[in-house]
Parts: sequence; structure tokens; C-alpha cells
Amino acid sequence: MERSPGKRKPLAKLFFTMLYISAFTFGGGFVIITFMKRKFVDEFHWIDEQEMLDMTALAQSSPGAIAVNAAILVGYHVAGFAGMVAAVLGTIIPPVAILSLISLGYSAFASNRYVALTLRGMQAGVAAVILDVVCSLGANVLKTKSPVHLTVMVAAFLATFCFGVNVVYIILAAGLVGVVLAMYHRKREGTEE
Amino acid sequence: MIYWQLFWSFLQIGLFSIGGGYAAMPLIQAQVVERYAWLSMNEFVDLITIAEMTPGPIAVNSATFVGLRIAGFGGAVIATVGCITPSLLLVSLLSYVYRRYKDLRVLQSVLSSLRPAVVALIASAGLSILLKVLFNGQAMALSSVDWVGAGLFAAALAVLRRFKWNPILVMALCGAAGLVIGVLMG
Repeated sequence: MERSPGKRKPLAKLFFTMLYISAFTFGGGFVIITFMKRKFVDEFHWIDEQEMLDMTALAQSSPGAIAVNAAILVGYHVAGFAGMVAAVLGTIIPPVAILSLISLGYSAFASNRYVALTLRGMQAGVAAVILDVVCSLGANVLKTKSPVHLTVMVAAFLATFCFGVNVVYIILAAGLVGVVLAMYHRKREGTEE
Repeated sequence: MIYWQLFWSFLQIGLFSIGGGYAAMPLIQAQVVERYAWLSMNEFVDLITIAEMTPGPIAVNSATFVGLRIAGFGGAVIATVGCITPSLLLVSLLSYVYRRYKDLRVLQSVLSSLRPAVVALIASAGLSILLKVLFNGQAMALSSVDWVGAGLFAAALAVLRRFKWNPILVMALCGAAGLVIGVLMG
């Protein structure tokens, strides 16, 4: 390293690195994790590769935004509780600032005819983007060829789209299916021994 | 009171969106559009569009946008804090459990069962956005189809699936095309 080695202000560096990554990362949680790996594993050597993979798995499996979860894990790993606060603040300040500006302008702009036309065109685009993602995700579920998972997918869709069941109940029910499956597999392994 | 509602709504959004990215979208729609009517369906679709075009997680973007519109800057801060509070608590708990046991069969099983449900929920939210684009809030009938929106949607889906174009570029082009067609048609 060209500068003096050792722990020189890791908190400030952590905060500004996350601020930078968060401000320029478009395209969701996985993209931000890739950038975090490049900075914290490859450049600063604060985290090793295996730890980063573990953190990615945890960030994905925990509730909430993947970027925020990853910031919590990396921040805590690098500098404890203060590191966690610094990393989380760095992650959420750019979107909060940008959306505040847009939100203030939205009411004024959205009634403008040209802005409204542009937004309507973009709505068609966003519908396509979301359904494109759904096709890819759905294909992955089909590939598992698990009858339970296929049933969960169809049942969840019917429940929310046709019957308007509360989204939270659907998620809780699917989680419960997972618990029952795990217990079933464990029991079967137990009797085979 | 409104602060408490914002906090509690976005806490639920943070708590039940598992799997990142689009997983938060159906929950935001359920709370913000259907439960409290803080946004109309049109404003919600605009919000998702804006969230896609700007950096940051959809949940944080939505918390700021909704909070600010409903209760000013304090509302934005409270909604944002609400949506990251479950992460702050549960990530530390899960990382402790993970370090302790490494192999989390039950958690993995729960996640693999949640995934198909989350895909279905995203599909449902995506379809309701598509219906909004096609019929613009009117009754579903052939006479009320917005053919410009339908054409843009079909073209966008085609280039996304066949040629893997960048989604942000696709949305920007759709916006430009919508503007040009709208102006030309008067």
C-alpha cells in the first residue's frame, strides 16, 4: 500500500466507501455486494473471501434490503457497533437524499404533461422489467422440480392475486412449510440410521 | 399518530421482505396503496419506476418517498428507520446463530420454501402494474386498452428477454418513446 499501513481511521473510510458505493450502485442488492467485495476484500483486505461469501449468504437470508443487511455485517466485522452504524448510515444517506429531492419535485412535475407522458412510457418499461425478472425467477423454481415448491408458488399466486390474502400471511405460511419440511427430513434421516 | 403508522408499516415491510430487491414491492403495495391509501396506484407505479432508476434499495427509496409526502422530513426519517430496524435486530441475531452452528438446515429449508412464494408475490405485483399500464385504472375491456402502453410493454419485454438489454436503458427508452408518441398524437 502506498500510504502508511495500519488502521488509519477505519470508521471514516468505512463510511465514505459505503457512501460512494451506495450512491453509484444501480440494480439492487447483488450488485452492491459485488462492489463491496471489490473494495473490502480485494482493495482494503479488511475481510477475506470466505467471510464475504458467508456474509452474502446471511444478507440474502435475513429479512430486509440486502444492501442494508450486507452493510450491517461488514460494518460490524470491521469496526464493531460503531462500524455498523457508520456503514448503515453510508448506505442509506444517498437513497434518502435523492428520493427526498425527487419527492419534493414530484408533485410539481407529475402534473406537467410532458413529464406525465414520459412517466407513463416508463411505467410500461418497469412492468416489462419486473415480469422479465419473474420469468427468470420462476424458471429457477420450475428447475427444482420439487412438487412442494411448485404447489407453494401456485397457491401463493392464487391467494394474493385472486383472493387478496394478506401478503404477510402468505410469507408466514410458506415459512411454516419450510419448517415442516425440515422436520420431516430430519425425522426420516433419524429412522434410516 | 401518523408517525407511528408510518413506522409500523415500514417495519412490517422490512420484516417480511426476504430475498431482497423486488421482494419488498408486494408488501409496499399492500401497506401503502391498499391498507392506508397513502399513494394511488398510479403514484405507486411511479414510485417503483423512480426506485428502479435511482440507486438504493426499493424499501428505503419507498420509505423516504412516502414518509416525506405524508408527514414531511420527519416522516421520511421515521419510515426509513422503521424499514431498517428489523434488519438491525435480525441480522445480528442470525449472524450469531450462523457463527455458532454454521449448518442451518431449518433456515435453509425455510428459505427454499419462501423463494417460490416470493416469486409468486412479485409476479402478482408485476401483473397489477401491467394491468395499470394496459387499462389505466379503467374496467378491463378491449375498448379501454392503452395501445401505446401495450406496445411499449411488449417491445420492452422482447428486448429484455431476447437481447438482455440493460433494464435502466430499457426504461429510459420507454419514457422517451412514450413522450414522443404522446406529443405526436397530440
